[in-house]
Amino acid sequence: MATKYDWPSAADRSVIGRSVSRLDGAEKATGRAKYAYDRNPEGLLVGRLVTSPHANARITRIDASGAERMKGVRGVVLIKDIGDEVQWTGAEIAAIAADTEEIARDAVRTFKVEYEVLSHLVKEEDVEKAGNRVVPGQENTEGDPAKALQEADVTHEGYYGAATITHCCMEPHGNTVHWKGEKDITVWASTQAVGRIGADLAKNLAADPSLPKVSPSDIRVITPVMGGGFGSKFNIDSWGVAAAKLSRMTGRPVKIMLDRDEELQMAGARPSYFGNVKAGAKKDGTLTVFDVESWATSGVGRGGNPALPYVIEPPNQRVRHVNVATNTGPARAWRAPRHPQCAVITHCALTDLAHKLDMDPVDFFKKNADLTARPDVYRTEIDKAAELIDWKEKYHKPGEGSGHVRRGLGLSIHTWGGRPHDSQCRVVIEPDGAASAEIGSQDIGTGTLTVIAMVLAETLGLPVSRVNVKMGDSSLPPSGASGGSTTVGGVSSSTRRAAVNALEKLKEKVAGDLGASSADEIEAKDGYLRLKENPKKRIAWTAACRKLSTETISEMGNQPDRDGGKLADSGVGGVQMADVSVDMETGIVTMNKMVAVQDCGLIIDLKLAESQVYGSLIMGICSALWEERVYDQMSGVYLNADMEFYKLAGIGDIGELVVHMMTGVYDDRGVIGLGEPPAISPMAAISNAVFNAIGARVPTVPVTPDKVLAALEKKGGMA
Amino acid sequence: MEGLKETRQPNGFSRRSFIQGVSVGSGAAGALLATPEAEAAGGDVVGPGAVSMTLRINGRNHSLEAEPRVTLLDALRDRLDMTGAKKVCDRATCGACTVMVDGQAVYACTMLAIEAEGREIRTIESLSANDPVPRNFVKHDAQQCGFCTPGFVMACQSFLENNPNPSQADVEAGLSGNICRCGTYVGVRLAALDAAKEVKGGRRRGY
Repeated sequence: MATKYDWPSAADRSVIGRSVSRLDGAEKATGRAKYAYDRNPEGLLVGRLVTSPHANARITRIDASGAERMKGVRGVVLIKDIGDEVQWTGAEIAAIAADTEEIARDAVRTFKVEYEVLSHLVKEEDVEKAGNRVVPGQENTEGDPAKALQEADVTHEGYYGAATITHCCMEPHGNTVHWKGEKDITVWASTQAVGRIGADLAKNLAADPSLPKVSPSDIRVITPVMGGGFGSKFNIDSWGVAAAKLSRMTGRPVKIMLDRDEELQMAGARPSYFGNVKAGAKKDGTLTVFDVESWATSGVGRGGNPALPYVIEPPNQRVRHVNVATNTGPARAWRAPRHPQCAVITHCALTDLAHKLDMDPVDFFKKNADLTARPDVYRTEIDKAAELIDWKEKYHKPGEGSGHVRRGLGLSIHTWGGRPHDSQCRVVIEPDGAASAEIGSQDIGTGTLTVIAMVLAETLGLPVSRVNVKMGDSSLPPSGASGGSTTVGGVSSSTRRAAVNALEKLKEKVAGDLGASSADEIEAKDGYLRLKENPKKRIAWTAACRKLSTETISEMGNQPDRDGGKLADSGVGGVQMADVSVDMETGIVTMNKMVAVQDCGLIIDLKLAESQVYGSLIMGICSALWEERVYDQMSGVYLNADMEFYKLAGIGDIGELVVHMMTGVYDDRGVIGLGEPPAISPMAAISNAVFNAIGARVPTVPVTPDKVLAALEKKGGMA
Repeated sequence: MEGLKETRQPNGFSRRSFIQGVSVGSGAAGALLATPEAEAAGGDVVGPGAVSMTLRINGRNHSLEAEPRVTLLDALRDRLDMTGAKKVCDRATCGACTVMVDGQAVYACTMLAIEAEGREIRTIESLSANDPVPRNFVKHDAQQCGFCTPGFVMACQSFLENNPNPSQADVEAGLSGNICRCGTYVGVRLAALDAAKEVKGGRRRGY
């Protein structure tokens, strides 16, 4: 049933769906935007952390006296105490606030901690060696996998996996905190959850009885911009709590931002996933069975269950999953948790199975689209992607080719929810014609601010330049955390609702002047309120607002959690294809081209939507070819916790990227989140392209030169 | 060198030797070992306490007090509240701290503030939204979270002033010293090539 909040039809849209540049772009590109790291309030102290050099140890002695005595040191708080265990290198033990960063660093060096060192495990690739660190996880059987494997015309067994990566946010985790009065705390936070940080901090402070009781409403969180989170920045974290305590202790604002090595060690990791797969199919390519023994590490914690098999669900399947508890930095959500790794395990295995069937992977995946939740979506998108990468012309059987540089194509498919989160928005229309949306959401770089402005402008019939958005502040109406691609649906819906409600009030004000008997007869378009039946009968926006006299319209819009009605929905499919070159002598893989075909329902800002997909492809290229957290089992140390040896792509490493949004096709579903889905397929697509190029499977990503050469050697050389 | 007020203190660091130490990648150890040699060679010794210095930034002089070990980046961000240059890797890898010194792109995290005395420092704060590089970054959405962006913009500004009419391959080589995590390189490529049509070499503002 249609409601008054529904999106206007394609013909009636003047803002939504267009390519609008992000509205805070100039502030960012000229360095004016103020991040948490950039806050320098009067009297600021800088805090640094004391961290553990050991992967597993019990603290036996702490001596803070040297640090406390140092000139310029203003406060020390313990995060861990004597008797506590630290379970990974870089684990936070204490925080020190000083007049300058240099003094704080000196103080950290004088801070003495003694440990009883315990045995550690930091590597999980070889699950046989993990011993009592193996924690049982999901076991699930459907159909009769053993029988199906026996009866299959063609079977394949293989080992696949994806290494742990870290978020490596450009702006490290951290906050600038000022505890001013008993119940007056300001937190400039680098966060994806403006609305959650206050409650999280209040809860953590309540654990310390020496502190005054504060409630979330006593804490104001300010985050107009933030320097990347990717799923790792939802909490106040120990360093944020420490900053608050140090501010309370000193009466001064305290900034604690993580060092780069701390950021990589303890502020977020995407779990590894590995699996031994057995898969079987009929001669015609129909997948009948998928059996996997998988393992993963999330650090010392339990970890989640895998999404296996991924997207393609044969009638017979078995999953036996275990987690390996390692003394490594704890996992945090990372763009589409579990999906990218499980896409590698599934779609690399299925590509190898297709090879045994002597089938082109395009034909194999199209055939087995029937085993997905969206057969037509995937088939359409596979065809489109194949056209854009020129699959028919360029595809050859795996390993066919000559010369020392071999070219290959690979593909992968993915899915994600992207439902709307709960969101409240207030739209204010003032007598001078000013129109604002006020919403306690945050723009984590995806362009949320611009999307809100576009929805408001569309609804009020104004250009984007004539509306304002206030966000990134917990004193505004609450909106959900930005995770799981839930923001765009949430804020688009709440803004639309609030704007429709506010506009209705304005229509009522001018109904008499326009000769309308009710607000329903009036529409807002091109800067005017006008009669739907007789558009020449109209009143300009500013003149209409003047009718408010001294009154201000202020109306709320409420998007409940999950149910977006016709405004927002959940569930998309996407297809990606990669074209790579592999140097058979050095093992170096070069990106030639990547194509992403993606559906996300109704697109608000085409330019920003495409940016999300381009960014996903580039992040995916990083983790497909270079990116990997490397621990040393002997010392327990994270060897590459820096940006020199933690390898990310540079501007010359990405090849040609083509993004095709399925605009117009699924608009009726409303807005669906886009941050996660395109980040899923790159690793599997690129690994498959390498397989196609060299005719040998590099079992795990990243596909580094050493692994390429090892796979070639196993296969028997270049031939 | 001109205008540098130096305070010689017992067991002080030599600026020259400290920089030599950094340049071979051994950091403080190199500096400590090199100190007696610098002393013998008559090197200027300053610190370790705070010294006053004057930095010429975007055509204006700024006086500040900082220890000799303070980097140009920390001096800009922590002492002068010029926070456009960002601190990300702090080890000359990512380029988020890029500024221009005497017309060339420099990682501000790996130059000492005292080393920048007497030189023309140009930061992102010298650019406005209407300047070609930032304007084209916005136009081509060459940014997401934006934390790497000021460094990228300055690297691009320096590159284009020194390399008019670049090809895409030139741009990729010229901007290879900057890293973005959100994945904005497609936009950066387009922005740099478009801005190149407007930035025509030379020092547009005389600094």
